[in-house]
Amino acid sequence: MGYRKKNRHVGIVGVGETKFSSHREEVNQPEMIHEAVRQALDDAGITMDDVDCVVHGNMELFEMVHQPDLWHTLGSGAYGKTAYRLTTGGTTGGTLACAGDNLAASGMHDVVMTIGFEKLQEGHTTGGITNMADPLWARKLQSGALTDSTAVKLIEEFGPERARTAAMIYRIIMDKHACLNPNSHRAFGLDWDQMADLMENSPPLIGDLRLIHMCSQSDGACVVIFAGEEKAKQITDKPVWVRDHITVHREETLNLCNNYYPTDTTHRFAAEKLYERNGITEPLDYFDVFEMYDPSAWWGTDWLREFFLLDDDAHLKLVENKEIMIDGKMPINPSGGVIAANPIGATALVRVAEAAKQIRGNAGPHQIQKPVNHALASAFGGTMWTVLMMLEKELNW
Amino acid sequence: MSRRVAVCATAQIKNEPDIWYKRFQGMLLDCFESILSQTGVTFDMEKGIRNVVTCSDDVLDARTISDNGMTDVVGAHFRGEEKTAQDGINALGYAMAAILSGHDDLVLVMGHCKESQPESRQMCTNLAFDPFYCRPLGLDFLNASAFQARAYMEKSRITEEQLAKVVVRSRRMGAKNPYARENEPVTEEAVMQSPLMSDPIRELHTYPRTDWAVGLLLCCEERAHEFTDNPVWITGFGSCMDSYFLGDRDLSANFALKQAASRAYDMAGIKDPKSEFDVVELNDAYAYQLPMWAEGAGLAEEAGGGRWIDDGGLEAAHVNTSGGMLNGNPIMLGGLARALEGVHQLKGSAGDRQVDGAKKALAHGTTGAAGQHHGVLILEK
Repeated sequence: MGYRKKNRHVGIVGVGETKFSSHREEVNQPEMIHEAVRQALDDAGITMDDVDCVVHGNMELFEMVHQPDLWHTLGSGAYGKTAYRLTTGGTTGGTLACAGDNLAASGMHDVVMTIGFEKLQEGHTTGGITNMADPLWARKLQSGALTDSTAVKLIEEFGPERARTAAMIYRIIMDKHACLNPNSHRAFGLDWDQMADLMENSPPLIGDLRLIHMCSQSDGACVVIFAGEEKAKQITDKPVWVRDHITVHREETLNLCNNYYPTDTTHRFAAEKLYERNGITEPLDYFDVFEMYDPSAWWGTDWLREFFLLDDDAHLKLVENKEIMIDGKMPINPSGGVIAANPIGATALVRVAEAAKQIRGNAGPHQIQKPVNHALASAFGGTMWTVLMMLEKELNW
Repeated sequence: MSRRVAVCATAQIKNEPDIWYKRFQGMLLDCFESILSQTGVTFDMEKGIRNVVTCSDDVLDARTISDNGMTDVVGAHFRGEEKTAQDGINALGYAMAAILSGHDDLVLVMGHCKESQPESRQMCTNLAFDPFYCRPLGLDFLNASAFQARAYMEKSRITEEQLAKVVVRSRRMGAKNPYARENEPVTEEAVMQSPLMSDPIRELHTYPRTDWAVGLLLCCEERAHEFTDNPVWITGFGSCMDSYFLGDRDLSANFALKQAASRAYDMAGIKDPKSEFDVVELNDAYAYQLPMWAEGAGLAEEAGGGRWIDDGGLEAAHVNTSGGMLNGNPIMLGGLARALEGVHQLKGSAGDRQVDGAKKALAHGTTGAAGQHHGVLILEK
């Protein structure tokens, strides 16, 4: 919902995800993308002839391919189509979903296929991420996406014992979810009795951020097909409707001297604005599932507070009481989330795809057993950027 | 439902060979501040700009997620920013969709590219080829275009003299454009004797290395009057992707441009491209592309590009009054430069190169090797 009424409603009519893995050596980039394209077309029951726009996104310096959508035309089906390439770091998949909604809602296109991909095996992920920092001021300080600042914050606020335990409960829950998802890159089969050992002995990366907390670097592709209302209803009985989306970025350097801008995180700012304009006062009650871009167990734990606009230790209680499990009050990442698989350019689009599958009720072994009517999907990237998208089962808002 | 979007303001810095004295952030900031002062637009969460569509490229910036370096200087701190990493004409197409969807009233489009930063443009564009078959052969956008130039020149009987005319005219028009790159005027003889870069493309057939930044403020029809008394309307956009392997394509067939143009023409209701445009801006990175794209866009007869040049087609159709890409715009921004000239001509602010009473313009951009992807934008007064 913008300032004006949405020109027309947009539904998700097809999704496809490859198997995520550390090494997809048996396929090259266009072949891997083709797997997800094929799946999404089959899922929607359409062919490339029905698609009139293809949107592609990833980060060029991870695989060192300049404008890879050109080469990927071999597998993406973009030949002869209107073609866009959008990229915004980790949020890329979220931006692709926003574009799918915008392009289909505009009336300029009826069926829009969005493709997120990454083959991190073919590059150096931490080197690539470090390369995003300003070459003059920050690059020597940047350590890829690794930081323990959130761990420090949680430990300061809640004490080391409670904070470390909550982060590890979060991690075990995500692994239990990942074990249900056949596409997971990492599903270890972790159990509660391993918590003390992992908190003590998992190799430290930076400070309190340990290897077990952190997301993987994965190969994989994800495709989501969007269609205008009329077309969506023709294609499927169960379109998943895009209600609204919001993007909030922030500048790269710490904004120490400027009091004009909010000091909130972009997550909280985005959530407040999105809920406000959609009349959602109790997000924790409203949503039936949340697919969060959670690059580490520390971030996932902390960000629950931001996305659901919670105060004090309400987010820790959600984790400690295991209410974020697939059968809990507020299931978070039934897919296993980003810690289970992180092909960066696809990751945020996977959140949207998984949220859509939960609403349709055909997510597979990791389907939530209660009805799912309202879903939230987030993207994270860049220098603490947020994209949030709301999905609905019914067109009744 | 509105089917058009207003361009309320434009801003640019001068095209220069090497803006060594400014980082790309400073280049963008100049454009950004100009647009703010021209329009009084704000970043108010209800009534102002909530989304910025940028155009740049990670490889050319040598930065992963290069948009994180410009978030603040394009006003996207605690607002949205979406980066199109392909020719900027697509940034305008996407911004148009964001507005027509109803999601955004206002979209700021900002693009930058510093070709002076990489050691070589060819090293960057070589990376656009797959690492298995084409990249090891040394293919890049220059030598891929040479294949296309040879095929097209054969098909349309283009002569060295005609290409020389195109280059000389580009420099002559560019000299009238205060924001164009400053180049030495050249003679036709000098063009025909300039060194071969990649046969048959000569040094003076090639767009020169350039740094540039640009911004445009786009707005929905209902609110355009808040920001300008003299809007220019985007009434059509179309784009199309061709296949990747050069061997899979008929390099002289203009497949993608014909598709892109017909999509844009359908949307804007253009029936006869030969007679309807007062101004035409084609993205000629190499001299042979000007007649070739003119054929693809339906402005010249099929295989008649050479005759079109000889018959004064460029003057008659007011083609590339800006000087064109051939006079110097960086890769990525060719389409935005074309659109900017279209806007100036329709607003009547094109100075010495003004086309009297211009009402309708075509702007065009290309991405990839030998025009793998084309975008066509229609502008109206």
